[in-house]
Amino acid sequence: MSPGTFVQLTGPNGSGKTSLLRILCGLAAPAEGEVKWNGADIRSLGEEYVASVTYLGHRHGVKDELSAIENLRISNAVNGVDVSQERARAALKDMGLGGRESLPARFLSEGQRRRAGLARLLVCNTTLWLLDEVLTSLDKGAVALVRSLIENHLNDGGIAIVATHQELELSTGRFQRLELTT
Amino acid sequence: MLRWIVWRDLMLAWRRRADMLSTVFFFVIVVSLFPLGIGPETQLLRTIAPGVVWVAALLASMLSLGRLFANDYQDGTLEQLLLTPQPLFLVVLGKTLAHWIVSEVPLVLIAPLVGVQFDLSRETLWILFVSLLLGTPVLSLIGSVGAALTLGLRGGGVLISILVLPLYIPALIFGSGAVEASIMGVNPAPHIYLLGAFAIVSAIFSPWATAAALRISLE
Repeated sequence: MSPGTFVQLTGPNGSGKTSLLRILCGLAAPAEGEVKWNGADIRSLGEEYVASVTYLGHRHGVKDELSAIENLRISNAVNGVDVSQERARAALKDMGLGGRESLPARFLSEGQRRRAGLARLLVCNTTLWLLDEVLTSLDKGAVALVRSLIENHLNDGGIAIVATHQELELSTGRFQRLELTT
Repeated sequence: MLRWIVWRDLMLAWRRRADMLSTVFFFVIVVSLFPLGIGPETQLLRTIAPGVVWVAALLASMLSLGRLFANDYQDGTLEQLLLTPQPLFLVVLGKTLAHWIVSEVPLVLIAPLVGVQFDLSRETLWILFVSLLLGTPVLSLIGSVGAALTLGLRGGGVLISILVLPLYIPALIFGSGAVEASIMGVNPAPHIYLLGAFAIVSAIFSPWATAAALRISLE
């Protein structure tokens, strides 16, 4: 896959979209075959590969006890990326959470929590994005926001693999569709 | 990055103080039930004190082990932690360290106080404190392996106890042995040294085992 490629994974429930993404990010091991990144097996690359991937699963990865801004800053700090308070605040404002960034995430709605998780895409500087059903429970505005995020990412030479049933209709990038069957 | 993981878990624990306090209260109540049930027979109380306090500490740590990875597993943050560009055993070490600070250190600090109920001398209370200080890291470290292995299983709490409690036996023997020796007026140092050695060995091996178990549980 070359820079600027967008792959949409589709297929009926249970066809293995999530499994494929988990294998691609290294959480699960493939039964046969191997995943290669820049010509090397990701198992041997280890942390080097992980540092260039952002994976967002269908569980948001947002702690209920922490506020949106703490979630964003801590999840990045654990990844070794320091995000300043202002940058995190700006990213959350862009995601439509302005004014709610200091509220513990358990007071946010499902869609708002999803937005808080997606804010990571704004501050990360990884090449490969693996997004698993991230559009569920998002409103139209947020879907448009995610679309423009992915477009910017592709224009910067990034790669995105997205499992979703919704049509994203991107204006840039090489679009591929991978239909999985059971 | 290790400190960020510790900081994160400490902050989460602080936001859910009730969980932390329930472990301490459980320990205090279990230890206090024995003197109340047996009555003021100081000789008998002194004899059973080391075992009672140590067994209560083991059981209290069972209460908190289930939460070590389960909360992060449910909201998907554990997956994110696995995908950080650092060795997984460091993540595990950070989380285990935070667990020790949150769930075990309060027990260590309060143990000399509850030990007074067993008519222990000041010197013995000091040995009790030291033995728990060296022994409780073992509980967190070995317990983390059990917590990782039972992650996502139904009824994981009981399973952790069955898996982990037998592995606690060496810590229990040397820990309560040190206190017993001090009560008898014998030098408790050999027990303390062995307990320390056990703590070092488990600090070296269990983060690796936990990391491997987490990878299996999340696959």
